[in-house]
Amino acid sequence: MDNYEIFVSMLGSTVRLSIPLIFTALAGLFSERAGIFDIGLEGKMLASAFAAACVAYATGNAWLGLLAGIGISILFGLIHGFASITNRGNQIVSGVALNFVAAGLTVVLGQAWFSQGGRTPQVPNGARFDPIILPGAEAMRHVPIIGPLYSQVISGNNILTYIAFLMVPLSWWVLYRTRFGLRLRAVGENPGAVDTAGISVTWLRYRALIVAGFLCGFSGAYLAIAQSAAFINNMSAGKGYIALAALIFAKWKPVPVMFACLLFGFLDAFANFMQGKQLPLVGEVPVQIFQALPYILTCVLLAGFIGVARPPKAGGVPYTKER
Amino acid sequence: MSLDNDKKPAIELVGIDKRFGAVHANRDINLTVAKGSIHGIIGENGAGKSTLMSILYGFYQADAGEIRISGAPVAIRDSQTAISAGIGMVHQHFMLVEDFTVLENVMLGAEGGQLLRRGVASARKELKRLETDYGLDVDPDALIEELPVGSQQRVEILKALYRGAEILILDEPTGVLTPAEADHLFRILQVLRDQGKTIILITHKLREIMAITDTVSVMRRGEMVATRKTKETTVEELAELMVGRRVLLRVEKGEANPGAPLLSVRNLTVKDGRGVTMVDDVSFDVHAGEIVGIAGVAGNGQSELLEAIAGIRKPFSGDILIDGKPVAGVDPARLRALGLAHIPEDRHHMGLVLKFEEYENSILGYHRDPRYGRGGLLDLDAIRKDAEEKIAKYDIRPPNPRLKTANFSGGNQQKIVVAREIERDPKMLLVGQPTRGVDIGAIEFIHRRIVEMRDAGKAVLLVSVELDEIRALSDRILVMFAGKVVGEKTPDAGEQTLGLMMAGIAA
Amino acid sequence: MSTASVPLPGWISYGVIPLINLVIAFFFSGLVVWLIGENPFEALKYLIDGALGRGDAIGFTLFYATSFIFTGLSVAVAFHAGLFNIGAEGQAYVGGLGAALVALALDRYVPWYVTMPFAVIGAAVFGAAWAFIPAWLQAKRGSHIVITTIMFNFIGAALMVYLLVHVLIVPGKMAPETRTFLPGGQLPKLDWLMAIFGLKLGPAPFNVSFIIALVMCFLVWLLIWRTRFGYEMRTLGISPSAAVYAGIPYVRTVIIAMLISGGLAGMMSLNAVMGASARLQVEFVGGAGFVGIAVSLMGRSHPVGIILAALLFGILYQGGGDLSFEMPNITRDMIVVIQGLVILFAGALEYMLRPVMVRIYQQFAGRKSASQKLAGT
Repeated sequence: MDNYEIFVSMLGSTVRLSIPLIFTALAGLFSERAGIFDIGLEGKMLASAFAAACVAYATGNAWLGLLAGIGISILFGLIHGFASITNRGNQIVSGVALNFVAAGLTVVLGQAWFSQGGRTPQVPNGARFDPIILPGAEAMRHVPIIGPLYSQVISGNNILTYIAFLMVPLSWWVLYRTRFGLRLRAVGENPGAVDTAGISVTWLRYRALIVAGFLCGFSGAYLAIAQSAAFINNMSAGKGYIALAALIFAKWKPVPVMFACLLFGFLDAFANFMQGKQLPLVGEVPVQIFQALPYILTCVLLAGFIGVARPPKAGGVPYTKER
Repeated sequence: MSLDNDKKPAIELVGIDKRFGAVHANRDINLTVAKGSIHGIIGENGAGKSTLMSILYGFYQADAGEIRISGAPVAIRDSQTAISAGIGMVHQHFMLVEDFTVLENVMLGAEGGQLLRRGVASARKELKRLETDYGLDVDPDALIEELPVGSQQRVEILKALYRGAEILILDEPTGVLTPAEADHLFRILQVLRDQGKTIILITHKLREIMAITDTVSVMRRGEMVATRKTKETTVEELAELMVGRRVLLRVEKGEANPGAPLLSVRNLTVKDGRGVTMVDDVSFDVHAGEIVGIAGVAGNGQSELLEAIAGIRKPFSGDILIDGKPVAGVDPARLRALGLAHIPEDRHHMGLVLKFEEYENSILGYHRDPRYGRGGLLDLDAIRKDAEEKIAKYDIRPPNPRLKTANFSGGNQQKIVVAREIERDPKMLLVGQPTRGVDIGAIEFIHRRIVEMRDAGKAVLLVSVELDEIRALSDRILVMFAGKVVGEKTPDAGEQTLGLMMAGIAA
Repeated sequence: MSTASVPLPGWISYGVIPLINLVIAFFFSGLVVWLIGENPFEALKYLIDGALGRGDAIGFTLFYATSFIFTGLSVAVAFHAGLFNIGAEGQAYVGGLGAALVALALDRYVPWYVTMPFAVIGAAVFGAAWAFIPAWLQAKRGSHIVITTIMFNFIGAALMVYLLVHVLIVPGKMAPETRTFLPGGQLPKLDWLMAIFGLKLGPAPFNVSFIIALVMCFLVWLLIWRTRFGYEMRTLGISPSAAVYAGIPYVRTVIIAMLISGGLAGMMSLNAVMGASARLQVEFVGGAGFVGIAVSLMGRSHPVGIILAALLFGILYQGGGDLSFEMPNITRDMIVVIQGLVILFAGALEYMLRPVMVRIYQQFAGRKSASQKLAGT
């Protein structure tokens, strides 16, 4: 039973650690399926976390915080679009630039406004997304097997967690069941086909970036005002890149994205759990292995050793009409 | 539909004019296409056919002129307005999403609502109808990438019809098709015409024009030079209209003195990226001191043959021998060392790096040669001196080795390539489209150089879609059709004989 | 009419446009400063004073610039071959291991000038090794090098932390770092060079690596514009199809270009590890690899441009420290903002001004030719 409890608590932290990855990877999914590489996920996440924390602190309202996070994230997406769609600039350079701007600006503004070394002040209670106890969680607690699972993994999460898991089927539905999704997938494969069908490639790609910004805003808000209660310097800590890895690992498909994020989240949780513990036969497993594992797995996948990861064909290439 | 409306032409173009920078792509074009007819537009590469059709489909805006559909002036601002005006286009390079199904491709842009579900059902029904009405049979659930080229093209036609196109433009539709697939396409086009659709067929293949069109218009250098009823014209007349009354190319040359075979090709088969056979079991020899010309309509495997011999494309099977040594699959650098020079068909993408300065291009492919430096270093003085000598000898203008290659004219760019390849004194010379986009003066100059190579005892293999050029230069002519060498002729064979062979009609 | 095909003279493309882009980036940076409620011009004065006002300030500026020259060259070499190496950060980090191992092995026995060549080789080989796998994956398996080099930055970071925490750490100490190198494993400061200009270096770690960096600038220039391999790299970078025609082997060219790129990034560690801290520490690279991207973009991948851009970023990094001291409202992270804006405007938006410039240029050139015509009649 002891082992089971560990398992359940690990599952709980896996979920918690996966949520920002799911939002961010889904954001990347919309952008990259439309043919725009999005290295700037990390920056969008960071900027939206900062905005969410600031506004939640100032207004005392978590939802306004979330809205601000989404707004800033979309703004970053639009700048990315201006550079890489309108001006046909290099998408990777633009993403790298935005990551720097976000990393710097959050600290500079944070320090200027709050003078706490780049942190924002603690968000007051009620201004963050608190855990929701589902009905019957307390009563179920002692039911064997299902009880702990229900009360610790399924119940007791904040609203954004549930939204994240809702976003997965929703993204799938948008991508595969709506006109917008059909066009979005088409523009990432062959923008010429979209253009000759009388659809604006530019506007379509901008819309994809807006959706990506929208989703990424959730991940930042989750970091700042759900998982924690303040913005901390460099709080995304490379999660944007892990999400990017998860997106590739999932071969740019929504449901696999969720599983890849859960896998990478689990690796993170497992690493935390294993810290300082001895494994039989092996001894202490260095935590760095788990930290590197998502990236190693992604590289192995990219190398085509486990299946083929075929990125959207038109990815990274600005669209110009043929002459 | 009133009878009166029916008599109005499907399309009228009045005074269409279009420039791209210095290039005058379309000059004052007037064209009338009758409803329910197949109208061919023929012309050489770069004659302005595709530009004109792109204007009609809203890809470009004309600088001047008017477009009338069924008699009414229409401002075609983008593809969307073209589609709503009932114009559909089948592009030369298919505009399909490869990992989509046929159904998804057909629906794209005409989904019938925000959600796909209802649209899918009606699209399925409509596809069924189009299939029975026009014989356009394609499995709606097949993935595009798994379909043969002919079926992919049918999807393009379906796309246009699904959007209610009354006027269908096909841009070089048979370039990628096998003869059987092309015949299938023609049958479909005839059915479409008989059902009242108007079809514009852009091509540079005379055979197709004669086989299927009702009317034909000829374009040359951006101008519409003539329109004829197909029944009332001949291949010869059209050919003359296409190329214009150009000075007949006469190249002074004596009898050839063929020596031993230097370059041999044995049962060579080459496939393209999709696995389609482009060169099919081809065998021939090129002897020292002769020019062998390969005639053929573009897209019949000549380019792939040339690239395979030059080491750029890996052959699928068969042998290539230089001096009896097998070299199939050997890389271009080693082939150059064996004395094989190559003037490629496409100087912009292969023969030159346009962003390089002239002198840098004068060593492309030979940059490892000892005369251009010591060890790993390049000797820029030696290279520039060498480049200056070539510039003088080949009269390349402006005579400035430090000028960016992109800033030279087409003829001078080609001379840079020719000078580089010929001045190496190779044993064998591969020549692809040596005078495409080159002015008359440079053409003569380049032709003389090629003949000089022959007279110096080199083996020359010439590929050109210009039959005149082939006949003027070659000592022997091989005709390629659909990947095969369908016959060998001497240069005094009549143009008509060769033309028929090139069309795959007689061997 | 499209303006993309209109040629602009070199002094506009390589001089005026980058300069205006830079000015725009600084304009927006100033806007941020103003937003915070400080005076941008005053901030600029503190920044420049802090970077160039004293001998030790100049020393620090040049110290930072040295690192950026290495990483800028690294990005530039890959770029000439058409490859975007985002992995200079990780390659520099792992390169530090090579430098440190050499220093640890030799510092007891030989003077610094004997250690130095081995350290250069060690740093370069380890940096190159870290670039090799992404290079191989790109060349042989077609895996996008941007993604793999990003991944390798993180893998490299994990590897180095592991090594420092578990292997290289001094037994009994808490800090994850190697022991301090003896003088035989350190690169001496360039006091004498500063003294020539009558400046005192003070505590600034401006060291011999600067000279190595300048030598590398020359070698990279030689490589790219004066060697056969450089010619092959540039051909591949501009026109892959022409490279095929010319018989330039793709796999070999990609791998060698990336090895050189990784080697140059690795050498950045000479400056930080052997020149400054005299030990290998966690996260000693501190973003210099990413600054290299900005430096290379601004310097148009030319060594001279890279030196100038590296100096600019050196000034930002050093001056930024003083600025945050004088204006506590502005943290050092302002540098990161400026860096991001420079990459945005000089890199991603480099074509933004082109149409405008073409129009201005055409108007000017048109008027000139018109007046010439008038003069002719």
